[in-house]
Amino acid sequence: MNSSVIVFPGSNCDRDIANVLKKLQFNNKMVWHRDTDLPKSDLIVIPGGFSYGDYLRSGAIAAKSNIINEVIKFAKKGGLILGVCNGFQILIEAGLLNGALLRNEKLKFLNKDIFVKVIKNDNKFCNKYEENQILKLNIAHNEGNYFTSFEHLKKLENENLIAFKYCDNKGVINNETNPNGSLNNIAGIFNEEKNILGMMPHPERMIDKFIAGEDGLNLFSSLLN
Amino acid sequence: MKITNKVVEKHGLKLEEYSKIKELIKREPNLLELGIFSAMWNEHCSYKSSKIHLKNLPTKNEYVIQGPGENAGVVDIGDDDAIVFKIESHNHPSFIEPYQGAATGVGGILRDVFTMGARPIALLNSIHFGEPNHKKTRNLLQGVVSGIGDYGNCIGIPTVAGETKFNSTYNENILVNAMAVGLAKKNKIFYSKAKGLNKSVVYVGSKTGKDGIHGASMASAEFDGDSEEKKPTVQVGDPFTEKLLMEACLELMKDNSIISIQDMGAAGLTSSSVEMAFKGDLGMEINLDKVPCREEKMTPYEMMLSESQERMLIILEDNNEITAKKIFDKWDLDFVVIGKTTDTKKLTLIHNEIIVADLPISSLSSKAPQYKREWNKKKLPENIINLKDLKKYKFEKTLIKILSSCNQSNKKWITEQYDQMVMNDTVLRSGSDSAIIRIHNKNKAIAVTVDSSANYSYAHPATGGKQIICESWRNLISAGSKPIAVTNCLNFGNPENPDIMGEFAETIIGMKEACEFLNYPVVSGNVSFYNGTNKKNIKPTPVIGGVGLIKNIKNSTSQYIKKENSIIILIGKTFGHLSQSVFFEEIYSIKNGPPPVVNLVNEKNNGEIILKLIENNLTNAVHDVSSGGLIIALAEMTFNSNYGLKINKPKKLSNIFEYFYGEDQGRYLIEVDKKNLEKVVKYLKENNIFNEIIAVTQKDIFELEGEFKININELYKLNNRWYYNY
Repeated sequence: MNSSVIVFPGSNCDRDIANVLKKLQFNNKMVWHRDTDLPKSDLIVIPGGFSYGDYLRSGAIAAKSNIINEVIKFAKKGGLILGVCNGFQILIEAGLLNGALLRNEKLKFLNKDIFVKVIKNDNKFCNKYEENQILKLNIAHNEGNYFTSFEHLKKLENENLIAFKYCDNKGVINNETNPNGSLNNIAGIFNEEKNILGMMPHPERMIDKFIAGEDGLNLFSSLLN
Repeated sequence: MKITNKVVEKHGLKLEEYSKIKELIKREPNLLELGIFSAMWNEHCSYKSSKIHLKNLPTKNEYVIQGPGENAGVVDIGDDDAIVFKIESHNHPSFIEPYQGAATGVGGILRDVFTMGARPIALLNSIHFGEPNHKKTRNLLQGVVSGIGDYGNCIGIPTVAGETKFNSTYNENILVNAMAVGLAKKNKIFYSKAKGLNKSVVYVGSKTGKDGIHGASMASAEFDGDSEEKKPTVQVGDPFTEKLLMEACLELMKDNSIISIQDMGAAGLTSSSVEMAFKGDLGMEINLDKVPCREEKMTPYEMMLSESQERMLIILEDNNEITAKKIFDKWDLDFVVIGKTTDTKKLTLIHNEIIVADLPISSLSSKAPQYKREWNKKKLPENIINLKDLKKYKFEKTLIKILSSCNQSNKKWITEQYDQMVMNDTVLRSGSDSAIIRIHNKNKAIAVTVDSSANYSYAHPATGGKQIICESWRNLISAGSKPIAVTNCLNFGNPENPDIMGEFAETIIGMKEACEFLNYPVVSGNVSFYNGTNKKNIKPTPVIGGVGLIKNIKNSTSQYIKKENSIIILIGKTFGHLSQSVFFEEIYSIKNGPPPVVNLVNEKNNGEIILKLIENNLTNAVHDVSSGGLIIALAEMTFNSNYGLKINKPKKLSNIFEYFYGEDQGRYLIEVDKKNLEKVVKYLKENNIFNEIIAVTQKDIFELEGEFKININELYKLNNRWYYNY
């Protein structure tokens, strides 16, 4: 499977994403933001970091970069796109996902291990997980507080467009298990066609039992299915 | 402008120093030249008070590739890998402007590391504030923590360990020390020594602005109450540009086009050019019209003294300019040839085609003043307090009070604001004795820690210096690593005061003794004098950053209990030394008396044997017993685990407060499986290591026989309570 990781000035999880793709034997290429062509790809990953220093608004400048036009074309053709953390913010700014990522409720950057529940597994990104499976992942962001209109939220819930919700290690989803104030504890969402996933937690940080755990690995191996 | 005595003093130079300048250059300097002297001759850049003491520290062992004198120290960790590391202070700027001061402290130390060809892999910090209820503390704490966090988070280097302490001694002068650790290839280390004539001197990175002018001179004087007015001397950081600069430099370093490279840190363009030329025994000519500036019509004086961040000076091999420039263009950074190396051994500055400064390099470096300042020895205080004369408290009450005090409380609320996981090699995050970072794509790792004990150092600087080296060593052992070398950040008051100079001199004597005995040399560091306001000096605060090597991450460990029904053994003798302890300070506000005795022989033996036990997989957890004594160390082992402890009272005990709160040195707690107990005890006995079995692990409950029982979740909450009430 061919994958491309988009690198912006200020991206800093690009190496971590490339590592897991390499580990799972994706044929991966790094693509620079100024490039105007995409290599042949089945998957595009937009990694975390601080693209363009988060100036103006997280993801806002990256969403106007050269390469993003190609990413949008790729998306329209049904190509698979994963945006993690700043990647999620960029997908929203580029209009590929709906809603907004506001500052964390407590107005502080937050890095910690959290738990999320897999809502459905009938999609390209989660088919190696069980439905309602609880995963330990890691968050590291200042603007991860997902917000959207009431109508869109209803649609996300009704059409199973929510990929993950924050919970505790027993799967309880409530205010206490919500690290950043996201509506309905949303940690990641799909677009309507479910070829695009944006998520705040970092699955690429959970691929190794010596580091923090391996719960993120199956997200990437699902994509190989 | 005429150089009057007033102008000289405004530049932080003494009149006799000015006479020496005139003698060295055989004429009066112009204002620009005077500014350059002030930048090079201040304490921060010249080490004029500390040099004669620092040279006594051991700087070599079988691991050291590069000791002090370069941008950072370098040690060999095998397989062609080298670790590059250094700690530096940014105390004065952080007190004036906490966010930018702390952020640029991180930025500066990162540049020191990647300048040498290393990719930074970890950040650490040691930050010290005044009392929590002092009017400035809350704002300073918040600013410093966000400054450190925002810089490291944005550039994408994990901030993995540190310490945060509160003490009234820092009410009017906080400490912000930042340490960076990088990974390089042993045969691709870059140095700052210039080589060759007529080589291009290239300016790369951000443009030069008017920020941070005289920053290094400001940091070489104590505050006088008008620190607000000094805001313009604080630099402004941009971690995004630093990320670009780091990537561009590391990309350029892949080939062989760089002769030497130096970051523009304190005293900016001045110190970087002088240092490179001096080390290469060359001269340098710089055309200031070419320096990229943020605004028009900046004067040579401003350009030479600006401490704008995220800039580097590079000396390139011939015919490499085009390819090198391409790399910097890719990263949207300035790349301008501003000068060349010469054989004049002079720093020659040209502006509007006129020579505006022409100074012998030696006058700015080797011939800068060095002082052998007077210093007084401090007597070891007597132990005059008897616990029997003091008010009695229930043991449980004292434990709760100490665990939830500002200094002993859990610092998760700080460390959660730092990205500890980016780069995906963090094996053990902050909270344990050391953090552990895996070497990318390998099975080996390094352990890193940063430590200080200002109270011990103040009571008796020589013991304090010795103790803090030992504590650093112990923290590295506890992770299962072989301690390799240290970097030191020496934070002291005014060196012109013989008592303060004595604190410094004796700290070095103590450190030297411990470093030599433990084969644990100093490879880099920084001295920060003049920490104080209105003649009130801070307590001497040597901060030590240590690096240890773990050959296989499978044999590393943490301080957290791993299993139910295993045995906790205390290694090392307990005498019950309470003077200078957390217990005396928190419960009785007693601050006098001597610090605990440091026995280097026991320290070394105990540490080496513990390391063998860990390497042979005979321990589940290891924790060093330090401030707060045994009971605090035991409580800390239950955090981040699901297990509590049933603790025995030792049979021949005279007083439980002395036993459980005494801060005797050289001690560890180890968790051992029952099945390995006999083997471990036998091994300890064979090696003459004093040990006592003191507790058994159990589910949920932390208890001391006959004194108290407490649920571990409750205990953890108590440990986190201080911040939530702050």
